[in-house]
Amino acid sequence: MCLAIPTQIVAIDEQMATVTLGGVERRISLIMTPEAQVGDYVLVHTGYAISVLSPEEAQASLETFAELAEIQAELGVPTVDEIYR
Amino acid sequence: MKYIDEFRDPALARKVIARIHATAERRATVRPIRLMEFCGGHTHAISRFGLRELLAPAVELRSGPGCPVCVTAAADLDRAIALADVSGVILATFGDMVRVPGSRHQTLQAAAARGADVRIVYSPLDALDIARQHPQQEVVFLGVGFETTAPGIAAALLQAEADDVPNFSLLSLHKLTPPAMRAILDAGEVALDGIIGPGHVSAVTGSEAWEFLPHEYAMPCAVSGFEPLDILSAIDALVQAVVAGEPAVINTYARGVRPEGNPVAQQLLAQVFAVGPADWRGFGAIPDSGLALRETFVHRDAVLRFPIDVTPAPEPPGCRCGDVLRGVIAPPECGLFRRVCSPRNPIGPCMVSAEGACAAYFQYEV
Repeated sequence: MCLAIPTQIVAIDEQMATVTLGGVERRISLIMTPEAQVGDYVLVHTGYAISVLSPEEAQASLETFAELAEIQAELGVPTVDEIYR
Repeated sequence: MKYIDEFRDPALARKVIARIHATAERRATVRPIRLMEFCGGHTHAISRFGLRELLAPAVELRSGPGCPVCVTAAADLDRAIALADVSGVILATFGDMVRVPGSRHQTLQAAAARGADVRIVYSPLDALDIARQHPQQEVVFLGVGFETTAPGIAAALLQAEADDVPNFSLLSLHKLTPPAMRAILDAGEVALDGIIGPGHVSAVTGSEAWEFLPHEYAMPCAVSGFEPLDILSAIDALVQAVVAGEPAVINTYARGVRPEGNPVAQQLLAQVFAVGPADWRGFGAIPDSGLALRETFVHRDAVLRFPIDVTPAPEPPGCRCGDVLRGVIAPPECGLFRRVCSPRNPIGPCMVSAEGACAAYFQYEV
């Protein structure tokens, strides 16, 4: 029910935006995200954008994962099998 | 797809899983760290991506009440079905609702088969369009869903007011998530070490809505997205908090969730709805957990416009959906699971909804 899908805004006409969802063009309401611009990615839920996705925060999360991978490579963190052997 | 594929990287997932196991090893007790994922969307992703198996024995994941269709009380469904049977009424709702059984195995689908006009819509705005196209009929929107969904319903209702569409009303079964979380912790039926917070609820409420968990219950909460790396990083953060003994709210879905949430959505909720008690399947009445229409909108309240007597409805015999929703048992512990109850022949709502824990376990696990 709370499924929300990230999708990119193609066009904006006042409070409505055109997006592509599952290959189909749809019009969604931007009433809850007045700050949204063409090109932004938004989380769409039941025909409404509920959040404008932050590219900076997404990048920060991915960088955290990448750092973790590097640290593990350097320190040699054991694999799951090694922990329970 | 952007914002999806990069959060599914299997190599990175393995690294996070290794760290979760390594951190959990530092804990003094031998019992697995037991976390509850509140949201049915998380349950579905955990089953689908096989995370439960990958995290055992360090972490045990227990499904919670975050499936709006599942927690809809049978008596409320009976009311919706009776409403659909009223002559001249078009009942519009989301797809998951039509197959959910009320009492006596009744469903909206069965009502439609005997002639009721039941329409499945993607958006409440579609239901409003149906009302515009059928001015001689009454369109009742059966509104289910949590904080994620209710603001859109509120916006559609305000649109009906602004455009003067008189034949559009709402049966509001909307519910709030924090009171259900409190009910579980207050009941103490299941020992939990941390909570995976619902990402899209929190996009509206803000991650701050969960601050009561560390403050009042010493319970860490990690707000999570829905891709495997999102869920794993939330679990990683929770396991670290548990081992360190430092409960806090951690937002691991910052690309979509702000601490303060979505102020416009919150304003829509406050303008249209008043908070009151609500009946939850598996819980009974939970105070301050429901959204009823404000007095200003009584003319759009389907409960008042179409008075229908409903009697308290018993649960299907043997169905332990309520225990599953409260996190007391995992679906395979129910005697009906897989033997009698399956997605083709669902006995309870947890097997019907795509977000139901029983449906997720049936489809991907065991």
